Amino acid sequence: MAKPSRRDFLKQSLAIGGMLTLGNSDPVQAGPENILSEDRMGVLVDTTVCVGCRRCEYACKKAHDLPTSELETYADQSVFEEMRRPDVNALTVVNAFGNLKNPEMPYMVKVQCMHCNHPACVSACIVGAFTKQANGSVIWDTDKCIGCRYCMVACPFQVPVFEYHKALNPKIKKCDFCFERTQQGQIPACVEICPMEALTYGRFYELNKLAHDKIEDEPDRYVDHIYGGSEVGGTSWIYLAGTEFGDLGFPELGNNPAPGVSEAIQHGVFAYFIPPISFYALLGGVMWLNKNSKKSEQESANA
Amino acid sequence: MHSMMKPEPVSTKFFTPGVIILTILAINGLVFLGLRFFFGLGAVTNLDNQFPWGIWIAVDVAAGVALAAGGFTTAALGHIMHQEDYHVVIRPALLTAMLGYTFVAFAVFIDLGRWYFIWHPLIMWNGNSALFEVGLCVMAYMTVLYIEFLPIITERFMNRVNLRGIFSRFNRPLDNFLHKLDRGLSKTMFVFIILGVVLSCLHQSSLGTLMVIAGAKIHPLWQTPILPLLFLLSAIALGFPMVIFESILSSRSFGLKPEMDVLSKLARYIGPLLGIYLAFKIGDMVIRGTYIYLTEFTTESLMFSIELLFGFIIPLRMLFSRKVLNSPRLLFFASVLVIFGVLLNRINNFLIAYTPLYPTTQYFPSFGELSVTAGFVAFEVLCFRFFVKNFPIISLPQKGITPQAKYAIKGVQP
Repeated sequence: MAKPSRRDFLKQSLAIGGMLTLGNSDPVQAGPENILSEDRMGVLVDTTVCVGCRRCEYACKKAHDLPTSELETYADQSVFEEMRRPDVNALTVVNAFGNLKNPEMPYMVKVQCMHCNHPACVSACIVGAFTKQANGSVIWDTDKCIGCRYCMVACPFQVPVFEYHKALNPKIKKCDFCFERTQQGQIPACVEICPMEALTYGRFYELNKLAHDKIEDEPDRYVDHIYGGSEVGGTSWIYLAGTEFGDLGFPELGNNPAPGVSEAIQHGVFAYFIPPISFYALLGGVMWLNKNSKKSEQESANA
Repeated sequence: MHSMMKPEPVSTKFFTPGVIILTILAINGLVFLGLRFFFGLGAVTNLDNQFPWGIWIAVDVAAGVALAAGGFTTAALGHIMHQEDYHVVIRPALLTAMLGYTFVAFAVFIDLGRWYFIWHPLIMWNGNSALFEVGLCVMAYMTVLYIEFLPIITERFMNRVNLRGIFSRFNRPLDNFLHKLDRGLSKTMFVFIILGVVLSCLHQSSLGTLMVIAGAKIHPLWQTPILPLLFLLSAIALGFPMVIFESILSSRSFGLKPEMDVLSKLARYIGPLLGIYLAFKIGDMVIRGTYIYLTEFTTESLMFSIELLFGFIIPLRMLFSRKVLNSPRLLFFASVLVIFGVLLNRINNFLIAYTPLYPTTQYFPSFGELSVTAGFVAFEVLCFRFFVKNFPIISLPQKGITPQAKYAIKGVQP
């Protein structure tokens, strides 16, 4: 028997989850109150264009008041020897992956929050500190967060990080799609600085169309897949690549929103509080019956 | 109630060599706890961005909640099913649950990066979050447990209020208040007892929902949409073994005879309850075909096999044997196996099954984490001992009433 793929697994999970709730909640609609407007923004990352100059890393730190060295130091390519992940002082990082077709030109992949359409962090957060904004950004509210780190457990891309070494006011950190800048009419810092135009910022539907056109125009250059187009129900950041996404450190995820099964269960158990209240009434009835039968038993024994 | 057993404070020496060791463990834990609050979670724990949750969540919280399941299972059996024979085990189980949940709350508190915002879920709601439901239910159930425990406090102090000096004038009003409280509580207690069972079922299952959202990060041997059901069923199955374990242990510790007549009757329920859990667990594996992961030799498959075999299948077989049910030693051993099984199940679900997408290290608890967890357990045992010695918890045989006399009152021949 072949091993079930993760996709099959998720599909089955959804089916069983749906059965559990007697089909009264559609997992996709059960998502948090998302505003998936037609106007929402996104970024198209063309990994075949990126040269790994890492200026985006610099611009990101500048835009988010994080400690950084001078821009010149970012030319250092030795950091590519190890795969890096976003950290408390680097909300985005670029990684290099070997290119079999052209070893001189490794594939460069920028990593940051994908800004899911149905974010697991938004669904998981105990106090609702994460929200999905109308422009597509998923942002975090420092005034609400209690530091439980469930968002990190839930995120299907392993993006949020936590300031473990701060005793007071540690923060959850992740790319916020430059929410403050975009609110003021600016474009995200990383997109602005990119010299190769590997990053394209714009309305999601236009970007999606652009990505399809690019694949159609140069089928030899790109694999026929837009990562983020359908993964976990779609993301605001989408990627094009010259080789399989699995070889570039992208997780293989199903097309169902990450919080789907969990929310179906939650909403099933708490459907308008009917199940808990019925259970309470049932137990009350059982208790009353048992007490009465014990009483009449004793009375007949004493008689 | 006609009873030859009556709960009374146990009068033995408080400080024994065991107690001194527990005190040392508790103080050692406190030291690391202090470091955590002064220098942050990273200074004491081995947690990082790949492994956001460690043993403080897996053991202290997830397993802690399951190990306190004796409270609601005995309440359901004794009060809701109205089986009066089991009333002798209800108070110790209630105390265990009350202390257990108090320490679960402590564990959550110290694990929160921003512990001073622990009250936020009360006013900032997210109904989609399984953790939110767990949080609110645990808070509510803890309150219910304190209310259920109140009659034990009033019973201890009623007619015995004796404040000294200038406070002596409060003796009378305080005693009147205790009497009123006691009367009010005994009339309304059924509301809280049922509420306790409902809340327990809700959050025991929601603890299982927690890891569903982690999707493929959880190994398929554990990840299933019926996780909440499995968590609930295993918690219910763990309730009575926990009561038996703690009853036999405290009998030994206080030099009393184990209440075997009650315990073996209680133990008869465990086998079927384990069977129901296993039926769902194995049925789920067969339906979704996850048993194929058992053919490969990995940490996950090994831990899974240990959990299922030693924690569930062997005790299931043992508890269907009359010999085991009637022997304090074997019954104790079988109960320990079930406790081990559920404890390991929670650790497996939250730690062993959890694989980050980009693992560069493996999580193993630091000395500080282990110290704090051990300190909590030690402190909890000390609290249990304190309560048992100062409040009417454990039922002691009453002098001057023989079993015959008891049955004679009831008018039923033995």
